[in-house]
Amino acid sequence: MSKSMERLYNGVIKENPTLVLMLGMCPTLAVTTSAINGVGMGLTTTVVLVMSNLLISMLRKVIPDKVRIPAFIVIIASFVTIVQLLLEAYIPSLYAALGIYIPLIVVNCIILGRAEAYASKNPVVPSIFDGLGMGLGFTLGLTLIGMIREILGAGAIFGFRFLPEGMDTLTIFILAPGAFFVLAVLTAVMNKIKQASGKASDPIQCSMEMCSGCMNTECRGRMEEIEKQ
Amino acid sequence: MGKLLTIAIGSAFINNVVLSQFLGICPFLGVSKKVKTAAGMGSAVVFVITLASLVTSLIYKYLLVPFNITYLQTIVFILVIAALVQFVEMFLKKKMQGLYNALGVYLPLITTNCAVLGVALKNVQNSYNILESVVNGFAVSVGFLVAIVIMAGIREKIEYNSIPGAFKGTPIVLVTAGLMAIAFFGFSGLK
Repeated sequence: MSKSMERLYNGVIKENPTLVLMLGMCPTLAVTTSAINGVGMGLTTTVVLVMSNLLISMLRKVIPDKVRIPAFIVIIASFVTIVQLLLEAYIPSLYAALGIYIPLIVVNCIILGRAEAYASKNPVVPSIFDGLGMGLGFTLGLTLIGMIREILGAGAIFGFRFLPEGMDTLTIFILAPGAFFVLAVLTAVMNKIKQASGKASDPIQCSMEMCSGCMNTECRGRMEEIEKQ
Repeated sequence: MGKLLTIAIGSAFINNVVLSQFLGICPFLGVSKKVKTAAGMGSAVVFVITLASLVTSLIYKYLLVPFNITYLQTIVFILVIAALVQFVEMFLKKKMQGLYNALGVYLPLITTNCAVLGVALKNVQNSYNILESVVNGFAVSVGFLVAIVIMAGIREKIEYNSIPGAFKGTPIVLVTAGLMAIAFFGFSGLK
């Protein structure tokens, strides 16, 4: 398997950001009211992720180590702004549906996590594929959650209603609580799979992973400090 | 005054930042194991979001609007918030030891909290003036404080319950959050 394919496999399956690492929870829960919104958010994030990985990898020898985090944030925020303006101009329906969660891609742990953990240390081509893999993995996770919520909550899939008119659906699944319930069941399934395969990891650890993926390298130590108290 | 009250109640309870807007989920799940730490985290969030609302709305009104560069708001806000948190930490360490000991540990965790940027952007989106922005920021973060403290209280009890193996850890916390979100729907009657 070539390096690029390995990166794609890693992002989509092995370290799937939504289902395995549980990163980027805000958009995961907020925009997945329908499958199409999940796809839109996932692809938007993928574009930002690939572009920022590309640029950060190109500049990895230029950016001084001490100011790397602010530099990464500026790069990511610039791409988010560009994508936001493009969406507003060309796909206004998606822009309206995603709303405030488009600018909030800036604080999505996945993007800064990949910049810090991969793109700042590796050549350009693998970094692009790393971004692509992680982005597609994120899109897959969001689409899955969006599909489940749409089927249960609206009796539809990608906007096509398959239930007969007048039949009641479980509306709560497209409301806020439904997001928590669907994600809870999905993580429980993931836990079960992990236990079955013998890699029983402490589920609470994911909050630490959330932390380590984020922009603060100090953060992990702080979390441990808090845990001790 | 009436409008300020509407904003405050709306942001704190009806559109609760965690339970209906899904902002700040990371600390909500990560730092809610004990009531004491949850309260510490919540207070730090109240402090930072209120301050950040003030600063970002000032910058928006007196810098971005006059120079017609409002499209740069995302970049400017995230940098200002990151710098602000660092600055607040240094200031508290130097001048207010007591407060620093209470909140200091949590401050760096907050930079990455999407609630802070979310509130700043919402203030602009709803074209709140400076006073309204500060009130909104304060109310949103009080909503966060209430939610995370309730969550920590429930989690302390859950510790002693027997839960199916697969649901241990994050899944049961998410189920709890879902039930809390249903409970918070009750507040929409206040409208």
